[in-house]
Amino acid sequence: MEMLLEALTSLLTVESILTVLLGVSAGLFIGAMPGLTATMALAMLLPFTFSMEALQGLIALGAVYMGSIYGGAFTAILINTPGTPSSIATTFDGYPMARQGRAYEALAAATIASVVGGIVGVIFLLILAPPLARLAVAFGPSEMFWVAMLGLTLVASLSSDSLLKGLLAGCIGILLSTIGVSPVGGESRFTFGYPPLQGGIELIVALIGLFVIPELLTMAAEGRGALPGGGELRKKEVSIARIARHIFSKPVNLIRSCLIGQVIAIIPGAGGNVTSLVAYNEARRFSKDPKSFGKGNIDGVVASESSNNVMVAGSMVPLLTLGIPGAPPDAIILGVLLMHGLRPGLDLFTESGVLTNGFILSMGLAALLLLPVGLLGGRLIHRVVIRTPYYFLVPSIAMVTILGTFALRNSLLDVGIMLILGTAGYFLRLIGIQAAPIVLGLILGGIAEQGYVQTLMAAVVDPIPWLRLVSNPLSMVLAGMVLLGAATALVPKWLARKGLLDKVEEDSGGSA
Amino acid sequence: MTFTYKTLAMSATAVAAMGLAGLAQAEYPEEDITYIIPFDPGGESDVTARFQEPILEEELGVSVNVTHRPGGGGAVAWSEFQNNAEPDGYEIIGVNIPHIIGQPIQRNDAGYETDDWRIVTFFHSTPNALIVPDDSPYDTLEDLVEDAKENPEAITLGGSGTYSANHLDMLRFEEEAGIDLTYIPFSGTGPLKGALEGGHVAGIFNYTMLGTEMADSVKVLAVAAEERVKALPDAPTFKEQGYDIVGGAYRGVAVPKGTPDEVVATLEEAFAEANRQITEKQEPLGFVMEYITGDEVDEVMAMLREAYGPILEEAE
Repeated sequence: MEMLLEALTSLLTVESILTVLLGVSAGLFIGAMPGLTATMALAMLLPFTFSMEALQGLIALGAVYMGSIYGGAFTAILINTPGTPSSIATTFDGYPMARQGRAYEALAAATIASVVGGIVGVIFLLILAPPLARLAVAFGPSEMFWVAMLGLTLVASLSSDSLLKGLLAGCIGILLSTIGVSPVGGESRFTFGYPPLQGGIELIVALIGLFVIPELLTMAAEGRGALPGGGELRKKEVSIARIARHIFSKPVNLIRSCLIGQVIAIIPGAGGNVTSLVAYNEARRFSKDPKSFGKGNIDGVVASESSNNVMVAGSMVPLLTLGIPGAPPDAIILGVLLMHGLRPGLDLFTESGVLTNGFILSMGLAALLLLPVGLLGGRLIHRVVIRTPYYFLVPSIAMVTILGTFALRNSLLDVGIMLILGTAGYFLRLIGIQAAPIVLGLILGGIAEQGYVQTLMAAVVDPIPWLRLVSNPLSMVLAGMVLLGAATALVPKWLARKGLLDKVEEDSGGSA
Repeated sequence: MTFTYKTLAMSATAVAAMGLAGLAQAEYPEEDITYIIPFDPGGESDVTARFQEPILEEELGVSVNVTHRPGGGGAVAWSEFQNNAEPDGYEIIGVNIPHIIGQPIQRNDAGYETDDWRIVTFFHSTPNALIVPDDSPYDTLEDLVEDAKENPEAITLGGSGTYSANHLDMLRFEEEAGIDLTYIPFSGTGPLKGALEGGHVAGIFNYTMLGTEMADSVKVLAVAAEERVKALPDAPTFKEQGYDIVGGAYRGVAVPKGTPDEVVATLEEAFAEANRQITEKQEPLGFVMEYITGDEVDEVMAMLREAYGPILEEAE
């Protein structure tokens, strides 16, 4: 406690608060640019932290991290483009809301959810780090396989009109994930003799292509902007207090999403994208009105944004206790820790406790500052998107998108892949195959493959190798959840169809 | 007299010419240098480059821009570099052994060749180490070997990547000791720590850095270096225990073939200075600083190619 107070005083200096404010604003801006991820934001900041003291450097990194994860929501809501992969699920309901003229409502909800999520993550980290760290390492290859499968059951709920089309999209995504060097085994696959394809299809490239380009093409084809004009909007603009009341009056969604966010955040290898997808899916599953999801349900935005901001501090649990990065951006923070001679482990919480606690508290402060910075910045970006005529907006977004994609790996090939996938995505959308399940397959295909192959490799001496997949309690529970998840999605559909079939048979005299 | 004048004039010309040549040399570098890291930000290569960046800038007097071009375990950036980079010293790229030895043998479309560039220097190495958790039944390498003899393939060892430095040296160890182990590749060091802490593998074959980072919770059974590593004074080498295994990852920097010698020499000196200044920070982490340049580069390459080549060809 004493340490905590000492950490708090070290944080409450003009310098530190300014660092957090600047970090959050910069992160927000970077996160809002499609193609610029939180990992890149941190990598760009890294050289500047060399000249800073350990605590100040960490504060800056934490603030940028928090800001960029949140910033991804802006573009997700306003132009249907997740600015960072962790905001994929925010597009599902955020963009439909914006299209209905409820953009400000969606932005405010995302902001409140992010602030709550960020703070919850910090609290978990402060109080529960050591016990949670033990949970993190419980997830081995077989468990990761089941986590990926659990995510894949989401395909069913993302494809409300046609399960077949949803599964098809998921398969396309999984196939795309097999391009490049295989995660286990190291062979290069589906490169068609073209060496640069060894790098595979980067998630964010596919994400930008599949989400942005079809949207741009639609805008161009229909001759409209991303959002309806300003006049209509002002009428529906709602006060932030009302939105807050709406969110906090149904705390179950928020609590569930934060818990999911925390659990998935500590699993190494599953980043914010998996977090927000799973939280979204559960919000939908437990909702009284699951049909309204995907059509502009505010709870979908809340689930996605609260869970991914829990991840920021949440993924530091395995990082600070065990040195295991819970999400990709954490790898950079690990580098900074090591550079300052701080070795992850319990020492971080005892000997250098003031520093560690200062860092953790600064993330809490960053989460709080999201509120003013986000609401102000959100209003600004919102206005820009609405006021700009579509014939300026479309080329500007296209330009930013192409630059962002190139900057990702300094690769023109990525720009090409992005454009090809985007164009294909446009036509697939016309025939009812959505981008979301494709991306889901792309994210989870690799994780599932790796977990499966690693498990079977380790089981080489077992008489029936695949039994290893369910050989310990945790993987059995997860497998059960997968079955349950698939069943809740499939059984109603199956019953409906069976009922339908009976009717058809009766009508036609059972000739079928 | 005339003669003297002529000589004077000639020598003056010669001096002027030399001076000019000297000037031309001194002019490298006059533009910014791009330092390509063929991996994601946050890895050992990246962190080292970030350490080097300010020192290189000071030594060379121009800005050095670290950029990332990850993909295919480095292969994407390397093939691009060999095909496109100009031999003027303004584009340099990080190179890693054994990646650049293994990938061209193992893949038929790696897109680059092991020797089709000029390696300026290898600035450090990270020896492999065999690490088990604290509560492991194996206290020494001998315990592990004995158990492996009784239960072939039952001991699982995790490592980073397939046919990576970790994997290759584990295969050499199997051969030297006459045992069969099961190697499980993971994607990088992060998940490896979890696999070890969570008991998903019996041990890991990774770099010395992991041994120092996790010093409180692991036992390092053997290190694949010529002599004990400073950061792990209590961990014996494989050699001490009768297995002739020295290997790990070497990191260095390359320029395109045909880059002028003066340019290479300038870079060599700058990287050596960077190494000297960051030794204090890197050695405690488990890195072994190296100053391998010129002919020594070829020697190291030949030694490791001899060690790994047969295993790789057999695997193919």
